Formats: sequence, C-alpha cells, structure tokens
Amino acid sequence: MTTVVLLAVTGLGLAALYFLVASGLSLVFGLADVLNFAHGLFLSAGAYVTWWASSWVALEVALLLGVAAGVLAGVVVELVLIRPLYSRTIEQVLVTVGLSLAGVALLQAVFGADPRPFPRPSWAAGVVPVLGARIPVDRFVLIIAAALVFLGLMAFLRYTRYGLIVRAGVENREMVSALGIDVRKAFTLVFAIGGGAAALAGALAGIHFSTVSPATGSSLLIFAFIVVVIGGMGSVPGSALAAVLVGLLQQFVNYYGTSGAGDVCVVALLAAVLLWRPKGLAAS
Amino acid sequence: MRRFLPLLVLAVLVLLPYSALFNAPGTLNLLALCAVFAGLAAGYDLLFGRTGLLSFGHALYFAVGVYGCAMLLNAGLSLLLSALLAVVAGVVVAAVLGAVALRVDGIAFSMVTLAFAQVGAIVVARDPGGLTGGEEGLTVSSGIPSFLVGVAQTVNLYWLALAYLTVVLVVLHRISRSPAGRVLAAVRDDPRRVSVLGLSPYRFKVLSFVVSGGLAALGGVVYLMIVGGASPHVASSDLTLTLLVMVVLGGPGTRFGPAIGGALFTFLDYKLTGYADRLPGPLSQPLFVLGVLFILAVYFFPGGLAQLRTRMRLPGRA
Amino acid sequence: MILDVAGLGVRLSGLDILHGVSFSVPPSGVTALVGRNGAGKTTTLRALMGLSPYSGSASFDGSVLSGRPDQRVLAGIGYVPEDRCVFAGLTVLENLRLAERGRPDHDLVYGLFPELRDRGEQKAGSLSGGQQQMLSLARVLQNTNRLLLVDEPTKGLAPRVVTSVAAVLERVAASVPILLVEQNLAVVRRLASSALVLSGGRVAWTGGADDLLDDADLTKSLLGVGH
Repeated sequence: MTTVVLLAVTGLGLAALYFLVASGLSLVFGLADVLNFAHGLFLSAGAYVTWWASSWVALEVALLLGVAAGVLAGVVVELVLIRPLYSRTIEQVLVTVGLSLAGVALLQAVFGADPRPFPRPSWAAGVVPVLGARIPVDRFVLIIAAALVFLGLMAFLRYTRYGLIVRAGVENREMVSALGIDVRKAFTLVFAIGGGAAALAGALAGIHFSTVSPATGSSLLIFAFIVVVIGGMGSVPGSALAAVLVGLLQQFVNYYGTSGAGDVCVVALLAAVLLWRPKGLAAS
Repeated sequence: MRRFLPLLVLAVLVLLPYSALFNAPGTLNLLALCAVFAGLAAGYDLLFGRTGLLSFGHALYFAVGVYGCAMLLNAGLSLLLSALLAVVAGVVVAAVLGAVALRVDGIAFSMVTLAFAQVGAIVVARDPGGLTGGEEGLTVSSGIPSFLVGVAQTVNLYWLALAYLTVVLVVLHRISRSPAGRVLAAVRDDPRRVSVLGLSPYRFKVLSFVVSGGLAALGGVVYLMIVGGASPHVASSDLTLTLLVMVVLGGPGTRFGPAIGGALFTFLDYKLTGYADRLPGPLSQPLFVLGVLFILAVYFFPGGLAQLRTRMRLPGRA
Repeated sequence: MILDVAGLGVRLSGLDILHGVSFSVPPSGVTALVGRNGAGKTTTLRALMGLSPYSGSASFDGSVLSGRPDQRVLAGIGYVPEDRCVFAGLTVLENLRLAERGRPDHDLVYGLFPELRDRGEQKAGSLSGGQQQMLSLARVLQNTNRLLLVDEPTKGLAPRVVTSVAAVLERVAASVPILLVEQNLAVVRRLASSALVLSGGRVAWTGGADDLLDDADLTKSLLGVGH
C-alpha cells in the first residue's frame, strides 16, 4: 500500500513537470501552429539560470530569475525567429529544430555535458508521512506549482481579453484576424507564457532530480509532446488530464513491469489515442 | 552531354582512391561515411522533399539495419544473409509503423513517428536479453568477409558506400520518373486532387515510407561495415534531426541536393570536431555551428544548395 | 465607387482560381456577386480581406487596399464569412465582445437580433444555424463599417430564417454598402441594385440586378438556373 501511495505521488509529481512543459507547447501549437522543438531550451534556460544564480542569491530569487529567463527566451524566439516566417509552417518547425540543436550544443560548450549538482532548498527537502508512506516533499512542491499554474492559466483564458483572443485563435486563427484583431501579439504572449512555464519546470526538475544537464530539456520535451497530442492541441485542461495519465502510467508500469516498459506503454497510449481520437482527448 | 554528367561524377568518385590526395585510409574512411550519409539523406528526402511527410523517426529504420545486421552476424549468419534479413526487417517495421502513423496527418503524424522512434531508442538502451549491448552497443565479432576488414581494405568500404549511394539515387530517380512518383508529388502538393482522381493518398504515403525505411536499413548495414559496431546513438532522434538538416541544406525535393547536403554535413561535422580544441567557446561544438548555419539557410536559402546553384545559373537539373 | 478592383488574380495549388477580375462597388446599396459553384466568389471576398495572396489591385475609398486582414478591418471593412465561423467554444457574449471595435452599438444589435439577447451565456456551438448566422452578422454589425463583405448568409437556412436575414440586410444596406455573395436569387432580387456575375474565375456580366434577373435566358445561361 505504501508503495502504491509513493508511486502515485511520484507519478503525479512527474505529471506536474509534464504539464508545466506541455501547457505552453499546447497553446503555442493550438494558436500559432508551430511545433516548437526549441521549447526544451526554455526548460534548460530556466534550469541553468536558476542554478547559476543560486550561487549569488537565495534560491527562491534564483527561481524567479530562471522563470524570467524563460519568458524572455520565449519572447525573443518568437519575435526574432518565428514571426518573420509568418505562415511558413514548415520553415518555422525547421528553425526550431536548428535552434534546439544549436542551443543544446551551446549549453554543452558553456556548462559542459556532464550533469551538475543542483541545490535543494530546505522547503523541498525532507519527507512527509502520507497514508503510512514517507513521501519526499519535493513531489508536493511540483504538484502544487503545477496546480497553481493550471489555475492561473485557466483564469487567464477565461477572464482576460488576451485569454479570449487565445481561445478564439485556437479554434480559428484566421477568423480572429478577419474580425480586426492583430493575433501576432497573442502569439508572442503564448510564447512568453510557454517559456515561463517551461523554465519553471526546468528549475523544479533540477530540484527534483538534484542535477541539471543539457540533455534534461530533450528528454522531458519528448514526453511533453506526447502529452500535448494525447490531451489535444490548444487545450490546457486536456494537457492536464493527459499529463496525469502519462505520469501515473509511466511510474506504475516502470515499477511493476521492467524498467522502460512504462515508456513503451506511454507511446502505445499515444498510438491508441491517435487511432481512436486523432484530435486528442479534449476534442468533443 | 549534360545527362552524362552524373555518370562522369560517379566515375571520378570511383577512381578517387587512386589519386595520391585521397588514398589515405583515414580520408577514405571519412569519404565512406560521407557517402553513407549522403545516401541516407537522399532516402529521407523521399519522405520529406518528395512526399511532403515530416517524419522525426527515420533513425529507427537505420538502427534496425545496424543493430539487426550486427546481432545476426554475431549469431553466426553470413554477411549476405544478415544484411538481407536486416533490410527485410527494416521494411517490415516501416510497413507496420507507417501504416499506423499515416492514419493521422500533419503534426500528429510527426509526433507519432517521433514517439515510435523514441520507443526504439529506449528498447535499445535497456538492452533486453543482452541483445543490444545497452549503452555500450555491440561490436561485430565475426562474419565480416576479409576484404572489408583491415586498414588496407578501407578502400573497399569506400566503394561499398559509394555503391549504396548509387543504388539509393538510382531507386529515387526511377521512382520520380514513374507514375507513382508523380502521385507522390501530387500527394505533397495537393492531396485533394489525388483523392479526386480516385487514388488513395494513404497507400502512396505508406509506399514512400516503406521504400524510404528499407533504404535506411540498407544504409545501416553499410554503416555497420564501416564503423564495425552498433551504438545507441544510431537510434536517437538527434540523428533524424541531423538528416533533416542535411536535406534542407542540400535542397529538398531535388535530385542531388540531399545527397550533397548529407556528404557536406558529415564532412563539416567531422572537421569541426577535429578542430574543436582550437575553436573558441560554442564554436567547439559542431552542432552549434551547423545548427546556426541551418537556421540561416532556412531564412535565406529555403531551397538549400540546389537553389543556390540555380541562382548562380550553373548547369544542372532541379 | 467605394471599392475598385482591377485585374484581381488568385492562384492556389497551381490552379488559377481568379483571372483578371475587375469590378467596382458603388458607395450605397447592395451589389450582388453571383455565379455557379466554384466560380470564385468566396475566393474574391477572401482575397479582398487579405486572407489569401493575390495579384492585381484593389482600392478602398480611394486608397490602395493592402496589409493584413485585421488592418483591412480597421480600415472599415466588415467581413461575414461563408458558413458563419462563430467560435463554438465561446459564449454568444464572448463572440460579440471579441469582435468589438470602438463603441459598439449594442442597441442596434439586440434590435436586429432579439433572440441573441437571452442567449448571452450560451456556447455559440450549441446555437441553431440561423442563430449562428445572426451572431456572425451581429459581431460585424455592432461596429461602424464603411463596407460590408457578406458571403452566402442564407446558406442552409430554413425559409423563414432566410427572410429574417434578408430583412436585416435590407435595413443595414440603407446606411452601409454591401458586396453580397448569394446563391438565393429571391434574396438577390429583394436586396440588390447591381449585380456582377463570375464564371470560371472571370467576370462574365455586370449591370443592374433587375436587368439580370428579368432576363430568364441570361440568368439561365450564366447561372444555370431559371427563376
């Protein structure tokens, strides 16, 4: 029983990471039709900036700086690389591919390819007893952070004008433009949001795994992509649900089956969802 | 006269090892790798440039060729049989996965191919039953005929790789000239027209996927001969991404562009790695230089090198 | 003339959809754009809105029409697309609020479309076809427009609803010129003062709407129907 609880909470913690990365990706894809391979860089930016800044300032402040770095990276990528290629979708994807390759290489050059130890703050250390199991606190930090971001995003989408534009644009971007709204600002905004959320995921992943390396971005990114497709592109609730499914499935199967079987199952889930509901779980 | 130009180039390439400049085993090894990747890139272009399918999982079929042949050789089968079975395996895997992945379009298709390849990479790394050697990979302990082993025989590896490249280009040429090739181009440009004509875009896409996968597996076998072993990076998504970069740099959909892109990229990658300690900062990472070049190419030369040639009005076909 | 189009050409997937289309829209009244299916009517409107690339030129009220679709809307052109295109996941109010520009005239909108008033919180996707058409029109009509491009507003609607839509357009046409794509010739007869026929991507006929509709042979040969 205690194993189940531990697995469940760890799975939810992983789900939290996936959701943080996937939510921004999903919005960027749903609104701008851009398959952003460079999203992993936003993640790494958050992780590395936090790691680097933590030697100068308190970790909490470093975290904020990391998120800011992600937001900035998102804005810069959109303005400089994506916007000029307006409506040339394949070229946009190619550019993000090039950026991801160059970016990881850059990180390797600057920080080295080896994993570096990541500081663990006191509020994420320690263990909490839950239902007889001893659960590390950092899992809850991940879950709470993701829950807050989820609520924040839903509120943004529901109650703000830009949220309205994003929701409409995900449905029919052309029509939004044909009603007199300049969607480009909304694009930059979702890139900024995506960058910030991914950066937070990167920093929290650093705390969770206690290391940071140039490769962390790519490995989390692939599962985030899967979560986006399963959940439905452009849907924040869909990403949340899919993230939970994927996180739990991965944890449980990896533990009860052979290591790696969980990952295979997740991909099988993707194939199954695609064959049954190609638009994802959120599509009605 | 122009139509003989490719044959002329081929003749020059075949005779290259006889010149003093190119007969060192190290150089020949590099050229062999360039030829293999040129062939791989050209095969990938069948999917991307000619059928309009953006697959992120191409490395998987390459890996089936590499690992499949290695495992069979180690099990005692002859080279010919191992190679044949490995290619067949590549074709079968491509057929099965392609049939599923092509059920969806656009970005979902790309995602599925990425996911499938990722499974492949995981399976290889987990080393089921000790077959794949996990992180360390496999070395081939037996079965390679003597004319392919040893430093003095490097020239044979070069010719083998060149033969592979030629096969790929000939197959591609045949396809593009055939009615099937025209359907593929239509599938890429205007799929509705294909359905209106009563043809099934799906079937042709699967065909393209299978041929491309088979060619990749064959390339895997040749690669195994050159390198002498299998390692997990042949299944990585990074490999597919670099294939994509090669094709785009060379010019997607053109006759020789992707092959040239593949050869050039491999060459630059090798040379840049060699200069790594002499270059400052990020330039020491070849992927950084190549990634940036790629981005610039997408912006300014979307047609790749092939477009450059047309711009400069040199002879050649697009 | 509020809209002057010269040599408009549109090429999609290697096919010429529009070829050298030239016409003018007077600054008042309804100009009907008619033609068989596939003649290029919707393509014309989309090109004018900047939703697809085109060759040739168009000028709106004397200045050249250019830029992104949203820039053209801000210049004063309202666009009501074929098939309504309401945002299904947004409520009626949200659809309206999204499209608001300047000081929207809510009284006008609820006066024209009383049914929408009670359905503010209803998701647009759950509205009937007729109600969606009302919403699509309301979105645009709440703002001040100097020209309206309306694409097949009565498509797929029940006869009673067609009459309501036509009545709304008639009221609006008193103050704003409309370029109206329509297949329903009864509606054209009721609303249009001038007409323009497209056939195979080219202008086949221009003139007074009644002149076209009164001539049964002409109507049949150009549009393939008698009415």
